[in-house]
Amino acid sequence: NLMTDESPRVPEMATQEVQPNETLTHLKTESDTLKTKLEEERAKLHDVELHQVAEKVDGLGQFIMKTRRTLKGHGNKVLCMDWCKDKRRIVSSSQDGKVIVWDAFTTNKEHAVTMPCTWVMACAYAPSGCAVACGGLDNKCSVYPLSLDKNENLAAKKKSVAMHTNYLSACSFTNSDMQILTSSGDGTCALWDVESGQLLQSFHGHAADVLCLDLAPSETGNTFVSGGCDKKANVWDMRSGQCIQSFETHESDINSVRYYPSGDAFASGSDDATCRLYDLRADREVAIYSKESIIFGVSSVDFSLSGRLLFGGYNDYTINVWDVLKGTRVSILFGHENRVSTLRVSPDGTAFCTGSWDHTLRV
Amino acid sequence: MPSKMHNAGRVAHARRMVQQLRIEASIERIKVSKASSDLMRYCGEHAKSDPLLMGLGASENPFKDKKPWSK
Repeated sequence: NLMTDESPRVPEMATQEVQPNETLTHLKTESDTLKTKLEEERAKLHDVELHQVAEKVDGLGQFIMKTRRTLKGHGNKVLCMDWCKDKRRIVSSSQDGKVIVWDAFTTNKEHAVTMPCTWVMACAYAPSGCAVACGGLDNKCSVYPLSLDKNENLAAKKKSVAMHTNYLSACSFTNSDMQILTSSGDGTCALWDVESGQLLQSFHGHAADVLCLDLAPSETGNTFVSGGCDKKANVWDMRSGQCIQSFETHESDINSVRYYPSGDAFASGSDDATCRLYDLRADREVAIYSKESIIFGVSSVDFSLSGRLLFGGYNDYTINVWDVLKGTRVSILFGHENRVSTLRVSPDGTAFCTGSWDHTLRV
Repeated sequence: MPSKMHNAGRVAHARRMVQQLRIEASIERIKVSKASSDLMRYCGEHAKSDPLLMGLGASENPFKDKKPWSK
């Protein structure tokens, strides 16, 4: 019974009676059979398209969304940003190694840290608002407690939490300041204890760099989704480390994944210039958001509070706003002067922030 | 000996893949029609409290510029 195999990494050479070549062929056949069965099972339930069911929903009108704030201060490409739960503070990180905490209402910089590496590709705000985590080419995720004393040297209190064997692509606190989830160019994701730096769980299954991750809304339970250069989006059980669902319909790297607010679905954005919606209970892709005129990759996606709108930041400097149910684009937003690299809706849904290679952030 | 080790590694990897596929094939699924109507219902139930969807009046928009001296 393969399910009782507790140490999958140890080759069972001693107990093998069959020639390895025969076992390999047998396993490959079983693998192919299972893949076909998986496709068949999914197809059986594909009775209708989402946009068809959504025909009876009212269409959305014109959207006018304006840039309300421009945050200037980074010396190079902005790579990542995250909102504080207080709905006004933002942390952002850049290619020049700087991590900045902003008050988005006033545009003031409240904290700034210079990392020892360039390309800080990941940053995240702690749920308490009292710390930020970041990392990138240093292969680590470090946590900086935010001091109320603006003169205090943040770098002195830095705590190294995660260690990967390649770049850190994304990080997120779980529902407390005590644990951080990371994804890496080394092809794995990992869950860490912040206080001790201990590795709590690792997640193996991607065949190439993992580029993004998102935690399921807390009501839904202990799962998260990751996307990678292997074109796969994987859903993981955080306690067991098991990959429970996997989706491979994108045609290129998946740069961003984000859960639908109910937790029953997630969206992805890819270098193949499409965003897609995957329903977890139907176990399949249920929508593609694309247009022939959109040929540049999507770097980041996020939903509005109700899940009706999907915002996508693109490498052609624009933001496209999609009607999630009907599959149509409702708005295109201009403003950035280079790629949009990161995008997040604020915790109360009143705004969204974008970061760009043009060195600025916009709210 | 080295080729035997290599083969054993590939067998272990193939076994993991089969194990993984068995798990994925065995999960319970619902019809797309049901999944879709659930997504639509969620959107409908939360539409009124979605500021970016509904639009915000100036007084409710924390990012709208007000008088320069107010918070």
